[in-house]
Amino acid sequence: MPTMRGDAMRGLAVFISDIRNCKSREAELRRINKELTNIRQRFRADKTLDGYQKKKYVCKLLFIFLLGHDIDFGYMEAVNLLSSNKYTEKQIGYLFISVIMNSSTEMKQLIIQNIRNDLQSRNPIFINLALQCVANIGDREMAVAFTNDIPRLLISGDTIDAVKQSAALCLLRLHRTSPDSLQLNTEWTARIIHLLNDQHLGVATAAVSLIDALVKRNPDEYKGCVNLAVSRLSRIVTSSYTDFQDYTYYFVPAPWLCVKLLRLLQNYPPPDDPSIRSRLNECLDTILNKAQEPLKSKKVQHSNARNAVLFEAINLIIHMDCESSLLVRACNQLGQFLQNRETNLRYLALESMCLLAASEFSHEAVKKHQDTVINALKSERDVSVRQRAVDLLYAMCDRSNAQDLVQEMLTYLETADYTIREEMVLKIAILSEKYAVDYKWYLDVMLKLIRIAGDFVSEEVWYRVIQVVVNRTDVQSYAAKIAFEALQAPACHENMVKVAGYILGEYGNLIALDPRSTPIIQFDLLHSKYHLCSPTTRCLILSTYMKFVNLFPEIKHHIQDILRHDSNHRSSDVEIQQRATEYLKLSEVCNPTVLATILEIMPPYPEKQSPLLVRLKQKKPLTEPEGVTESQSPPPPTTGHNGDGPKLTETALHLNQQHQQQQNGLLLSLDTPESNGYYEESTSKPSSSTLQSAKKFLFKNSDILFENDLIQIGIKGETIKSTIHIELYYGNKTTLQLTNFSTNIFALGELESELRINMEPVKSTIDPRAQSKQTGTIDCLADFRDLPMMNISFLYNNMLQKIDCPFPIYINKFIEKAEMDSNNFFLRWRNLEKPSQECQKIFPAKFPMIHEDCRQKLDDFGWSCLMGIDVNAENFCGAGIIHTTSQAIGCLYRLEPNKQANMYRLTIRASKDGVANRLVELLDDQF
Amino acid sequence: RQGKLRLQKWYTSQTDKSKKKITREIIAAVLSRKPKMSSFLEWKDLKVVYKRYASLYFCCAIEQDDNELLTLETIHRYVELLDKYFGSVCELDIIFNFEKAYFIFDEFILGGEVQETSKKSVLKAVNDQDVIQEEELEEKRSVLEDLGLA
Repeated sequence: MPTMRGDAMRGLAVFISDIRNCKSREAELRRINKELTNIRQRFRADKTLDGYQKKKYVCKLLFIFLLGHDIDFGYMEAVNLLSSNKYTEKQIGYLFISVIMNSSTEMKQLIIQNIRNDLQSRNPIFINLALQCVANIGDREMAVAFTNDIPRLLISGDTIDAVKQSAALCLLRLHRTSPDSLQLNTEWTARIIHLLNDQHLGVATAAVSLIDALVKRNPDEYKGCVNLAVSRLSRIVTSSYTDFQDYTYYFVPAPWLCVKLLRLLQNYPPPDDPSIRSRLNECLDTILNKAQEPLKSKKVQHSNARNAVLFEAINLIIHMDCESSLLVRACNQLGQFLQNRETNLRYLALESMCLLAASEFSHEAVKKHQDTVINALKSERDVSVRQRAVDLLYAMCDRSNAQDLVQEMLTYLETADYTIREEMVLKIAILSEKYAVDYKWYLDVMLKLIRIAGDFVSEEVWYRVIQVVVNRTDVQSYAAKIAFEALQAPACHENMVKVAGYILGEYGNLIALDPRSTPIIQFDLLHSKYHLCSPTTRCLILSTYMKFVNLFPEIKHHIQDILRHDSNHRSSDVEIQQRATEYLKLSEVCNPTVLATILEIMPPYPEKQSPLLVRLKQKKPLTEPEGVTESQSPPPPTTGHNGDGPKLTETALHLNQQHQQQQNGLLLSLDTPESNGYYEESTSKPSSSTLQSAKKFLFKNSDILFENDLIQIGIKGETIKSTIHIELYYGNKTTLQLTNFSTNIFALGELESELRINMEPVKSTIDPRAQSKQTGTIDCLADFRDLPMMNISFLYNNMLQKIDCPFPIYINKFIEKAEMDSNNFFLRWRNLEKPSQECQKIFPAKFPMIHEDCRQKLDDFGWSCLMGIDVNAENFCGAGIIHTTSQAIGCLYRLEPNKQANMYRLTIRASKDGVANRLVELLDDQF
Repeated sequence: RQGKLRLQKWYTSQTDKSKKKITREIIAAVLSRKPKMSSFLEWKDLKVVYKRYASLYFCCAIEQDDNELLTLETIHRYVELLDKYFGSVCELDIIFNFEKAYFIFDEFILGGEVQETSKKSVLKAVNDQDVIQEEELEEKRSVLEDLGLA
C-alpha cells in the first residue's frame, strides 16, 4: 500500500486496497455493497460517531461515488462535518458537497448557514474553504445570500491575498450562474478594476477573469479597465522573464495573466486614447517579435506558453481589425505555423487564419497560403485538422479563386471522412453559387457534387439547384442537356434522378431536337431508373411524365400505359396511386390547350434567405463566428449583383462595435439624465451627400444604406421582372433596447402611381446588439424618375430619434440584360430613330478611364455589355429590357470614351419616349 | 482497467446521469485518438484539450474562445504540482489520496479559472493544510492517550 500523506485515514486506505485487489467486477461490487451497508448502519445506529469517523465514512462514500456508483445517503453527515471546528473534517465535508451534491438538495439552507459562519470566521483558511465551495457549486440562492459578504472580502484592505483570489473567482461563479441576483454596488467598480494593478500577480490573475465577465455585462461601467490592462500587459511583455520569479513559466513571463489580459481587451474596441493605443500596439508588436526569437528551451512547455500568448495576441489583432501591418504580420506568422511539425500549431494556425480571411486588411495575405492549405487537406492525418483546412478554404474563397478552390474541395470530397462530407457538400454548393460567373460552371459543379457524394446531399441542396435553373432562363437548355447525360450513368444516385427528372419535365423540350435525346429516349432513360427509386422519387417522376404528355404529345400513349400499369394505378403507396389515377384522367380528358395551361412552366421562385446558409449554421452552431462566413470578401464596389437570378442572400451587415465610440452630435446628448423625462429629438436629414451616396446603389443591390452611432441599416434587393424583393436589416449598435421602432417607405407625387410599395411591418423593438429584418416588395408600374423616401423613428434611451433618407430604388433596378448579335443590335438601333427616343450627352470623366472598370459598371447597372459590336474596341454597346407591370421597354446604349480629351459620349435609345433621358441623367456623373 | 475515471470536476450543473454519459463519450473519443493527432478535439460546442502522462489522460473541456495551448500548460502545471507534492507522482498516489488531489486542484483552479499559477504558493497552501492535519491528529492521539486508549 503506498503511503498516505499524513497517514490520515487508515480505514480508507484499507478499503481502497481491497477494491483494487478485487479480481472481477462482481467481486468489486460485492465489496462496495458490503461497505455501503456497513456505513449505512454506522450512520443510522451510532449517533455518537465522532467527527473523525464521520469524516472517514464520508470519504469512503466519496471514493465509491468516484468509482461510478450512485450515492443516496450520507448527505446529512457530510453537512454535519461543515460545522466541525476541525479543519480536516470541515474540508472533507466541503469536498463531499462540492463533488456529489447537485443544486436540488433540501439541505441547501443548512449548507448556506454553515458557509456564512465560515465566511465570518477570523481564520482565513476557514474563509477560503467556504469560498472554494461557493466557487464550485454556487447558485442563485448563494448569490442572494452572499451578495454583500463576498464582494466585501474582495475589496477590503484587510483581506489576505489568498482570500482575495478565491473571493474573485467565487464572485465569478455567482455572476455566471445568476447574474441578476448578484448586485454589485457600483461604488465597488473602481476598486475591482484596480485589482488589475495588484502587486500580487496571483490576485491580478484571478481578478482578470472576474472583470472579464463583469465587462461583458456592463462594458461602459468597467471601461476604465482598458487602460490598466494595457499598462499591466505592457509591463509584463517588456520585462525579462527573470523579473517574475515563480510566475515565469518555462522562460515565459506570466503567460496566464497575459492571455487573460489579452482576452479582456477583446471586449472593447481599440482604445481611443492615442497614447494607450500606441502602447497596446507596441505590446502586440513585441509579442510578434518574440515569436521570431530562437527558443529559450527545447521543452514543449516553453513553446506552448509562448505561442499561447502569441495566438491570443493575434486574436486581439483580429478583433481590433484596424492595424493592417499587425494583421499582415499575424498572417505571416500563422503562415509559418502552417508548416510546423507540431500538429497542434498547424491546427490552431488554420483556425486563426479563418478569422483573418474575414478582414479586408488580411484577406489577400491569407490567400497567399492557398497552396499550403490545399496541401493540408490532402496530407494531414488528423481529421480535425483537415476540417480546419476546409473551413479556411471556405473563408478565403472569393471571386478570384472560387473555381480553383471549388475544384480542390470536390477532389477532396471523394476521399473525405464521412463525418465532414455533408458540411463540405453545403460549402461547395454555397461557394459555387455565390461566385458563379458562369452558371454552366455552377451546374457542372452541382451535378458532380451529387454524383460523388449523393448520400450527403441534403434536400436543401438539390432544391436549390432546381431553383437556380428555374430562375435563370439562360441555362435551362444546358441544364437539360447535362441532366440527361448524368442520367445515362449506369449507377445513378437517387438525388440525381430527382434533379434530372425535375429538369427534364420542365425543360426536356429544349433538347428534344437533338437526335440523341428525342422525347422517347428521354422518357425511356428516365423510366429505366423508375423502379429503383423510393416512392417519393417515383411521385416526382410521375409528375415529370405528366409534363411530358404536354411537352411531347407523340409519346402520350407510352405514358398512359405506364400510368395505367398495376404497379402504379394500384400501387400500395397511396400517393403513387392517386397521382397515377389523376394524371391518367387528366391526360385523357384535357385538350392540348388546357393541358398546356395546367402544366405551364414553373414561375421563378421568390428570393428568400438561402436555405443552404441556414442549414450550414445549424450544423455548426458555434465553430464559425457570426459574420465570418458571410463577409469573407470585402465588398468591392464593382461586384454588384445582376439582380436577375438567385443569389445567396447574405446578412448585409455585421454590427461593427469598433466604430461605436466615434462620437458625433447624435451621441452627445446621451448623458442627459433619464429622470428629466423629456424627449429629445434628433433627426438625420438627407443632404446632397446622402443623395449622392444613394447613387452607389445604381451599381449594387446590397450595402449599408445608413449608419450612425446607434443604428446601421443594410439593404438587399433582388429583382424578378417588374418586382424587386427588398430585405432591410436594422442593426442596433447600442447596449440599450431600441423601442417604438417604426419605418415608413413611401412614394410622393407622380411616383405614387409609378411604384407600388408593399413592406411587411417591422418589429417595434430591437434588442441591444441585435438585428431586426424587414422584407417587402416594390412593383414597378411605369417608368419613373424620382426616388421613394424612407422615414425611421425610434426611442433610444427615452429620446426620439428620426432618420429620413432617400430609398435607393432607381429605374435600372428593373432592367434585365438582353444579349444579341451585331446585326440584331444595329437593326434595333435603327428602329429607334425618333428624336424623343434618343438622348445623347458628352461629359467629362470623373474617374480614371479604365476600360475594365467601365465594363464592370455597365454590367452592374443591369444591362448587357456586348462584345464585338462596335468596330472600335474601346467603345461599349449593350442592351436591356426595363420591366414594368404594364410594358417592357427596350433600351440600347453606346458609350464612347475619348481618352485624349478625358471625355465620354453616351448615347441611349429606348422604345418609350423620355426613358433615354432618364437613363442618361442617372449615368452622366458616374464614369 | 482502461477508461477508468480517477478525478472529475464540473463547473456547470449536470445531473448524475448526464455526467456519466458525457464522461463515457469523452473517454471514448480521447482513447480513439492516434499519437500524431492534435491535442484538441471538438466535442459538441466545446473543445476537449487532452494530454497523456504515462497511463493517465488529463482532459479539459473548454469553450470556443478559450486558449487551447494555455490549457495544455494548465494541465501540465497541475501535473507538476502533483509531482512535487507526492514526489514523483504515479496513478496510485492519486487513487489513494484522491482528496489531496482535489485540494491541490482547488488551490490552483477555482470556478474553472486559474487562480494561482505560482507553484510555490499553491504548494505552500497545501502544505499548510497538512500541518493543520498533523496538529489535529496529534490532538486526537493525546485525547486517546488521556483516556488510556492509545
